[in-house]
Amino acid sequence: MGLITAENVHKRYRVGETVIHALRGVSLTIEGGAFVSIVGPSGSGKTTLLNLIGCLDRPSEGKLTVAGTDVGGLGRRQGADFRGKNIGFIFQDFNLIPVLTVYENIEYPLLMVQDVPAPERSERVTTLLREVGMEEQRNKLPDQISGGQKQRVAVARALVTSPALVLADEPTANLDHDTAYQVIELMKRMRDTFGTTFIFSTHDPKIVGEAEVVHTLEDGRLTDSRDTREAGHEQVG
Amino acid sequence: MSKLVKIAVRNLLRYKRRTLLTASLITLGVVFVLVFTSVTGSFKAMMIAQNTDSMLGHLQIHRKGYVASIDNLPLNLNLKGGAIARLEQILDAEPEIAAWSPRIKFGAMFSTFVETTNIRLNGIDPARELQAVPLLADRVVEGEKTLAPGGIWVPELLARGMKVKVGDTVVIVATNQDGSVNGRQFKVAGIMESATGPGGRDGYIHIEDAAEVLRLEERGISEVAVRLGDFDRLAAVSARLEELLAAERNQQGKPIFEVHTWEKLSPFFNIARMIDVMTFFMKLMLIAIVLVSIMNVMIMAVYERIREIGTIAAIGTRPGRILAMFLLEGLSLGVVGAVLGNMTGALIIALLNGAHITYDFGRQTGLVLRAAVDPADMLALSAIVIVISVVASLQPAFKASRMDPIKALRHV
Repeated sequence: MGLITAENVHKRYRVGETVIHALRGVSLTIEGGAFVSIVGPSGSGKTTLLNLIGCLDRPSEGKLTVAGTDVGGLGRRQGADFRGKNIGFIFQDFNLIPVLTVYENIEYPLLMVQDVPAPERSERVTTLLREVGMEEQRNKLPDQISGGQKQRVAVARALVTSPALVLADEPTANLDHDTAYQVIELMKRMRDTFGTTFIFSTHDPKIVGEAEVVHTLEDGRLTDSRDTREAGHEQVG
Repeated sequence: MSKLVKIAVRNLLRYKRRTLLTASLITLGVVFVLVFTSVTGSFKAMMIAQNTDSMLGHLQIHRKGYVASIDNLPLNLNLKGGAIARLEQILDAEPEIAAWSPRIKFGAMFSTFVETTNIRLNGIDPARELQAVPLLADRVVEGEKTLAPGGIWVPELLARGMKVKVGDTVVIVATNQDGSVNGRQFKVAGIMESATGPGGRDGYIHIEDAAEVLRLEERGISEVAVRLGDFDRLAAVSARLEELLAAERNQQGKPIFEVHTWEKLSPFFNIARMIDVMTFFMKLMLIAIVLVSIMNVMIMAVYERIREIGTIAAIGTRPGRILAMFLLEGLSLGVVGAVLGNMTGALIIALLNGAHITYDFGRQTGLVLRAAVDPADMLALSAIVIVISVVASLQPAFKASRMDPIKALRHV
């Protein structure tokens, strides 16, 4: 059994009088330690799928299991606890807290989510600062560093709680190509170092090429799943 | 916890001007209430002290029904014989009573041999009276501050009208309980400053002289003025005395005594109450200021940080902790406002006292303003501000904690 198993997952939203069918029976399995990309055009359901896997939302139908837990049945508080323990997030706009320094932004989940004691917090944050190459900027505020550096900090923040899974929704959309490539490389290196599963969504075909497993969504359906490490690829549905 | 406070303070400092304005508003409110309370409190304390320490005493005991007829100074409602002895026994046994003084009150004719007028007189035991109402001697503006038998303290207005001076001889003529008239010469021992309030324009003679003028066959007294060791214990001691004295009954089984605190005897109690009511409304205004200003700041803070709330919720911050974060910001604003307000208020009060501001009260002029603030009042005021700050932050904080992370992250 994989780290993530989706079985015939549907997601419907109501916007005014209209019901939007964002996911239409998605089934997939993602193994632990994988470096996965979800691709597809705008409105294909990438963000919806990431939100469901990240326990930010619940499926309308079907079964979704993350790290052995059926996340469809989690309440608000259980969802928060589950995310705090198992999932790290990287956002397109970095979403660092502007009043906290680089160090404090990385420390935040340990302090506010996991209540980790101060000496251990210090050790873990310092290690990650070194891993993402932000040691010298540790006391800077987010508006004093570049976009690429902000995303490095976001990667460190996502990894600091040692989650099984990191979800990144369009993590390179606001970065130039070189920087985007560096961030993806950093994520891959972190996967190699910590064994964390990374799932990211993207439009950028060059970035997609860095993923080991690529799932393609179109109009809420999973149309293609391929392992780029293998010569061929598995066609879905 | 210190980290959380640090984050709260940094979030508040994110919008420095807004935070400064809100903290200043709270500070001003606290200063205003503090200065108002201390100045009016000083006036109230002076007014109560003038009434109780120079005339009334803290409480008075009469024969039942006397106070209802007090304008007539009814001699037939004086306490006599066994009742006085029993009363003395009860008062001497009460540890919270610092002093008590018996008085004979009566109306008389005051004659200078040339002119005659009416006067209300108090027959007092000077030693006891000055213990029960220690400021009485201060009202003697001319002459001797002790009252020996044969002497009379004449109220200032009457002395001026009748052209009486210290050392003059005057005649007091009174009708006793049986209707017979008696007169006696007195030497003017002092001229008394008139005071605002009941009994403020009475003359004083020695209690033995009063008994002689009234030809009392047995000992009788109209009232007993009582001074307590601690004025703040007035209600409790009064209640205890009422209970003890209620047990004393006459032959018809009716109560002999009645107890009245100064509040029931002086019209100034209503002014004191008005001051309390005004202070209460000032505090209500402060509550409104704190409530509205903090709520405004916190609503804005939540609105401006929706994406940030979405981020911290997404990474696993529990709703309760998000609630606590915003409550802590409101609390911090309240604490800063309360501390600055108390410090500034205390400074202004010290400056007011240093300026030796004087004011008049009735016929008393040049009273120096002595504004004082009880540390307990400062603490209570701070507690009100802090609690209201937290209450005002509750709704925005609750809204933040209940926010859907997906919608919050999509917010532009």
